[in-house]
Amino acid sequence: MTLYDLFLAPLADYGFMRRALVACLCLSLGCGPIGVFLMMRRMSLMGDALSHAVLPGAAIGYLVAGSLSLTAMGIGGLIAGLSVALLAGAVSRATSLAEDASFASFYLTSLALGVLIVSLRGSNVDLLHVLFGTILAIDSEALTQIGVITSVTLVALSIIYRPLVAECFDPGFLRAVGGRGPLYHIAFLVLVVLNLVASFQALGTLMAVGLMMLPAAIAQLWSRNLPTMLVIASGTALVSGYLGLIASYHLELASGPTIIVTAALFYGLSIFFAPSGLARRYFPRPHLTG
Amino acid sequence: MSGATRGAKSGPALSLHDLTVAYDRHPAVHHLSGTLAAGSLTAIAGPNGAGKSTLLKAIVGELRPAEGRIEHAFSPREIGYLPQAAEINRRFPINVLDTVLLGDWHQSGAFGRMSAAARTQAREALLAVGLEGFEKRPIGSLSAGQFQRVLFARLLLQNARLILLDEPFTAIDARTTHDLLEIVARWHGEGRTVVAVLHDFDQVRTHFPQTLLIARELIGWGPTEEVMAPANLLKARAMAERWDDTAGICETAA
Repeated sequence: MTLYDLFLAPLADYGFMRRALVACLCLSLGCGPIGVFLMMRRMSLMGDALSHAVLPGAAIGYLVAGSLSLTAMGIGGLIAGLSVALLAGAVSRATSLAEDASFASFYLTSLALGVLIVSLRGSNVDLLHVLFGTILAIDSEALTQIGVITSVTLVALSIIYRPLVAECFDPGFLRAVGGRGPLYHIAFLVLVVLNLVASFQALGTLMAVGLMMLPAAIAQLWSRNLPTMLVIASGTALVSGYLGLIASYHLELASGPTIIVTAALFYGLSIFFAPSGLARRYFPRPHLTG
Repeated sequence: MSGATRGAKSGPALSLHDLTVAYDRHPAVHHLSGTLAAGSLTAIAGPNGAGKSTLLKAIVGELRPAEGRIEHAFSPREIGYLPQAAEINRRFPINVLDTVLLGDWHQSGAFGRMSAAARTQAREALLAVGLEGFEKRPIGSLSAGQFQRVLFARLLLQNARLILLDEPFTAIDARTTHDLLEIVARWHGEGRTVVAVLHDFDQVRTHFPQTLLIARELIGWGPTEEVMAPANLLKARAMAERWDDTAGICETAA
């Protein structure tokens, strides 16, 4: 088998592989930076919670459209995810409940409703699609949708970058200078949900956060500079997407999980070999004079 | 109103009218009234739980008064606030220069371009706090004292008329404290109004002409030597931290 057969032939031969790769590229560009900000805000697990919260909306979209229409499910998921994010945020601001506690309550309710709705009419196959995604079945319409979400994410992030950094780093300062922190928090949550909806189509509700959090964790292991971290996160997400797709093609594995496992392999390597990783601990470099 | 008092050394920078700030209906600051003269240098002193930080948070609008009101002569844009370091995410991947540049917020805004002048000012501010050459250092690698210097540099860039410092010298060594106190004195000399929450009574007596002594309620507010009289300090100490679950409704609030 030549290198061409190994790395390029699957893409040259099959349109669905090319579409899947473009989807991965878009998701990497959007989800990578979003994941880094989620991690910086100590909301890593909240992203996971939100990805489950998308489910009932997607399920209703599926019931209404009568088939696995990605657009209908995407719109439903967006409404459900945003509702849960905003309601949970509002409840934690209005009551003494911490944000993680109110998120947990809302997403569990949302997840249960979602599974109930899917089981009302769907088959087990549909449920599997919803849970694990269908990256190889992405059509042009879905691809456009993902592309639009990525573009919106990148433009919005570049606009709200400074207040978002201030809000993560020193929320008290932002409040003191009248910087409308909650507004940027909500704008950020909207971006999180948008990207979850995009990756939900490819990776399913269970692994939608995979391309957000694993690259973000890798980035944090390699760099202590935010712009560099954003680039590393997107880069590793993209490489994981490509290698995962190729591996899943040759080894005849499910694509979504293979992509996430590839990212997990990079994460494992990073744990050992990154500047702040384990290898440094066991093979320390000599210290400096000052 | 802010225009009339800008830069003036007399007149109130801030008036508190029967201010009560409460957590879950339990008052942390209770019926506090008084005025803060523009251009004054005031220490807020009192035992733990006296409501010192709560008062600052109410002044910057972070906490809403349960009763009473606060009258500002300065607009929020003219107020610089240094919260307790514990409220800041020190693990955030941001470098020293970018942290100081946040002080330019009122000029550059949330979306505006960072001007070359702001960058120059930020470097000058770092020089003023003794951190020249630290521009690219991530804040996570700084000591507590160095980090506090960074926050002072950010305040320098903010160019505020009213500066509120919440325990600025806690866990800071003598030399850093000395350097930062010099900056506080410089602000005072420039006619800015400075308020600092402090624990060290010697520091208060040596460096702060005015003192607000509270123990939830006002004990004294005026010239430091009068307010910090032994009788007042005793009174402040006697009003220990308390949270009375069986407390009745405050008569003036009913």
